Amino acid sequence: MIPTKFAYEAPTSVEDALRLLGEAGDEGKILAGGMSLIPVLKLRLAGPEVLIDLGKIEDLRGIREDGDALVIGAMTPHHVVAHDPLVEQHAGLIAAASKTVADPQVRHRGTFGGGLVHADPAGDLPAPALAMGAEFVVAGPGGTRTVPASEFFVDLFTTAVGEDEILTHVRIPKHTGWGSSYKKFTRVAQQWSIVAVAATVRVENGTIAEAQIGLTNMGSTPIRPAAVEQALVGVSLDEAAVAAATASVAEGTTPPSDTNGDADYRRHLAGVLTKRAVLTAAGA
Amino acid sequence: MANTPISVTVDQVTYEDDVEPRTLLVQYLREQLGKTGTLIGCDTTNCGACTVHLDGQSVKSCTMFAVQADGHDVTTIEGLAQDGDLHPMQQAFHEKHALQCGFCTPGMIMQSIALLQENPNPTEQEVREGLEGNLCRCTGYQNIVAAVQAAAGAGSAAGTQSEEGAA
Repeated sequence: MIPTKFAYEAPTSVEDALRLLGEAGDEGKILAGGMSLIPVLKLRLAGPEVLIDLGKIEDLRGIREDGDALVIGAMTPHHVVAHDPLVEQHAGLIAAASKTVADPQVRHRGTFGGGLVHADPAGDLPAPALAMGAEFVVAGPGGTRTVPASEFFVDLFTTAVGEDEILTHVRIPKHTGWGSSYKKFTRVAQQWSIVAVAATVRVENGTIAEAQIGLTNMGSTPIRPAAVEQALVGVSLDEAAVAAATASVAEGTTPPSDTNGDADYRRHLAGVLTKRAVLTAAGA
Repeated sequence: MANTPISVTVDQVTYEDDVEPRTLLVQYLREQLGKTGTLIGCDTTNCGACTVHLDGQSVKSCTMFAVQADGHDVTTIEGLAQDGDLHPMQQAFHEKHALQCGFCTPGMIMQSIALLQENPNPTEQEVREGLEGNLCRCTGYQNIVAAVQAAAGAGSAAGTQSEEGAA
């Protein structure tokens, strides 16, 4: 399948990319890793006149420390994020989730920022980013702004990044010493999450001191169940106790119903997977 | 719309070409360079038959534009054998009878090499997970897994490709 014709631009700086995006107006589209966009173009579900490839902007690649945060360039491939020693040490949940994205070839091309901006409800990066309290650095014609994770995911496939803006970096607060787990429920290889739960937990003296949780594919955007996070504080690393604290995790959620399962099935899965993710993250 | 000039190295030969931006890398390899060893299976990023190496890493060439390969180094299944000698992974697939119809084989071999580059001594489970992006409808995977394990056991040669330039 061949996409419709488009003009191709490969700028080498964010400034040039923003200028090209501005000039293209409604007809411009940003190309990151292309793992979601290229299939969409091939199916002709979209037909932008100008494709602006960020692949030659070196500033957008790589992972570095900045005080209490890790800064991940939007164009860093999943494979690099998944195996980066800094990410393993300070943001284990991001590494764990990145390892589960699609398949090895896709992880070589697909990018951290692309997966977040695409904002597929079943995508594996939004829920962990939300759970960890990520901040999104967005460049636009008027300069750079920072968007908290709680305001970044707006709706199905929709984020706070405007038509004339580009996500450049993501700041992840360091969670050094926290355990983490991403429990992804699928039935077959390569499948998108039917439901997945991201958990990162700090254990102190055999009990849970802090827990941060994100739910994948339990609604049109990733969900952070604050009440369950609160209920887990002070809970011992015991299956029954964790199960009791997490039982209400699906309350108020509106998961989809499809051939993989109806909404009630997904709510049940969310409870089971949250318990497992918290126990694994806590090292129990 | 204007064609875009690219410079891309494929199987150790550098090509300077003008391509239409919407040309997929796999189309460029097959139709412009005549390298039909790389196959198009599903054309939807699922089956992995079109897997090639880009700067030594496995990618699905049906889900990448040729213009994105500008300045990069591509290795296809046709670039593996050296002076008529099969690559150790090709040899292992031959010896373990890791194919029936053969359609998935080029992609399967390219991904298997990438797998051993990242994990030289994988367990059976790790081989199966490492080949998650490659579908085979004939073999049931048993002999493919056996071939990868045999290649791994045969030494590090299976996971190295001296012909691939550094990124």
